[in-house]
Amino acid sequence: MMNTMASQVLISAEEVFKEFPLPQNALRRLAGKPLLAVHALNGVSFQLNRGETLGIVGESGCGKSTLARCLVRLLDCDEGRVRFEGQDIADLHGAARRGFNRRVQMIFQDPYSSLNPRMRVREILGEALSVHKMRPRAEIPARIAELLDLVRLPSDAADRFPHEFSGGQRQRIGIARALAVEPDVLVADELVSALDVSVQAQVVNLLLQLQEQLRLTVVFVAHDLRLVRHISHRVAVMYLGKIVEIGPTEELFSAPRHPYTKALLDAAPELDPARRTRVVAARGELPSPINPPAGCLFNTRCPHAFERCFAERPLLTDRGPTHQAACHLHEFGLAAIPQIQDVEFAP
Amino acid sequence: MTIALETTATPKRRWRIAKLPGTLVLGGVILPASLVIAFFPNLFAPYDPTVFDYNALLAPPSAAHLMGTDSFGRDVLSRVLYAYTIDLQIAVFATLGPFILGTILGALVGYAGGFAEALLGRVVDAIITFPFLVLVIAIVAVLGPGLMNMYIAVGVVGWVFYARLVAAEVKVQKRLDYADAGRAMGYTHFRIIFRHLLPNSITPAIVYLMTDMALAILLGSSLGYLGLGAQPPAAEWGVQIADGKNYMTTAWWISVFPGIAIVVTGLGFSLLGDGLAELLRTKK
Repeated sequence: MMNTMASQVLISAEEVFKEFPLPQNALRRLAGKPLLAVHALNGVSFQLNRGETLGIVGESGCGKSTLARCLVRLLDCDEGRVRFEGQDIADLHGAARRGFNRRVQMIFQDPYSSLNPRMRVREILGEALSVHKMRPRAEIPARIAELLDLVRLPSDAADRFPHEFSGGQRQRIGIARALAVEPDVLVADELVSALDVSVQAQVVNLLLQLQEQLRLTVVFVAHDLRLVRHISHRVAVMYLGKIVEIGPTEELFSAPRHPYTKALLDAAPELDPARRTRVVAARGELPSPINPPAGCLFNTRCPHAFERCFAERPLLTDRGPTHQAACHLHEFGLAAIPQIQDVEFAP
Repeated sequence: MTIALETTATPKRRWRIAKLPGTLVLGGVILPASLVIAFFPNLFAPYDPTVFDYNALLAPPSAAHLMGTDSFGRDVLSRVLYAYTIDLQIAVFATLGPFILGTILGALVGYAGGFAEALLGRVVDAIITFPFLVLVIAIVAVLGPGLMNMYIAVGVVGWVFYARLVAAEVKVQKRLDYADAGRAMGYTHFRIIFRHLLPNSITPAIVYLMTDMALAILLGSSLGYLGLGAQPPAAEWGVQIADGKNYMTTAWWISVFPGIAIVVTGLGFSLLGDGLAELLRTKK
């Protein structure tokens, strides 16, 4: 489905690093040891085309949310850059920065803290509309009604406070707020993980519909693999602040080319008892992001690790026209691929 | 058998007195009454508060003088009522300035964090190291007695308490996602601080303001008693209590009735503060 779209890079990350310094210990400082920091992002690169949905998956603490926040510039990256339409977003100031903010919006994970509890829905949406001058003042009430309709909330919702809504409804208010400024890119950070399963589908399907209707480009950050598979054109798998594999959704899910991706997929509960397996795909715990392992970040848990993995960090290399993985075992997962090699990809 | 089912219609926004906190209702009765007296003491006072009546010096409470008279024959009731004007003025002027200044500074500091926050912390430490009353007396002693100088003295000290309260609250609020949502929207810091964070952070400061007004009345009276605040012959509770101190054993009414007025008014502010705290708690 992606191939029909003109592949035009809208937003891209280039070797993005981000670390959060920890409270320093005077003794360590005196001893001249390196300062402690959580290495949240360790060189993340990807490109996102207009109209595309990129799913970002990974365990808790792998830097998914940090990446999402760097993309909308809630955080500034330490090294590397995020480009929007070719422009480094760190260079944007004043009106240009506000313009970027308008065009790249974020939806937050927690529907209970992402809305100002003292503002009515009308004020929340109206503020976004008037600050960015989306509509003349007189047309704002009509636009608010339109937005509420877009996210399937009754029009009398406008005069209520956030605490009068359920989690799913609040999340839809959050979507309406983001859509109020008519953005090109929507970054959804764990959009539904705080919601009941029954409500999750509702909100996700709404997002899918809106994306088609409004031609949005979406970054969907989640840890629920089935959800990501359902919604994304492409998927990026993150591990300890680095993308270890990125590729078209079906290709990646059916034939993962990185041992970590395979481990992640195997760890997902399988409904079909015939397909359940006891083979351990990854052992041990996630290493501390304060002191990530040398060489390949996954080497402490990888069942396939060999000497090179401890000496040299693998780069993302091509596994197909749009499929990349960062593993020294280039052949990994190749056997699982049912002859899709010859499919032609339109440029 | 019929069972009356409670209809769960749309929640009504109508406020019922019965649902309001009792403390709020009581405070809400005492304070407006005090304000009415403060604005129109002439409607209630039977005598002029500064006129001497040499035929009724130190007269005990009677039908003619409900609270008796003082050593100059002035009607104590009238003086207590006229004192409302000055004492409520003290309550407002001695607290509103610090409240506004402290709230704005606290919001800015709490949002900025880092060095500004550390600096505020040290300033607060430095100021609260001195006993409040002693510091105010020292400042008034330098500037000279009088109400205006008292306001200045209280203002210099009082803002830190508001700033500390608001800064701590803003610091918590700014970590919540709605603040990030504002930033992601490209809102200015000014808008995020004053439109989003402050309304969610100001409740403790408002509650403290009420308590502080009660304390300000006490402080005003204390300074009046010491001769550093309102100056005689102005009717002010502290001044009145000081007037009566030499007659405590023979004419107790001169000091006791202003004292009761202080207690009742202070209580009114405190009750209102408590009630507001209950009412303004954010609904989750």
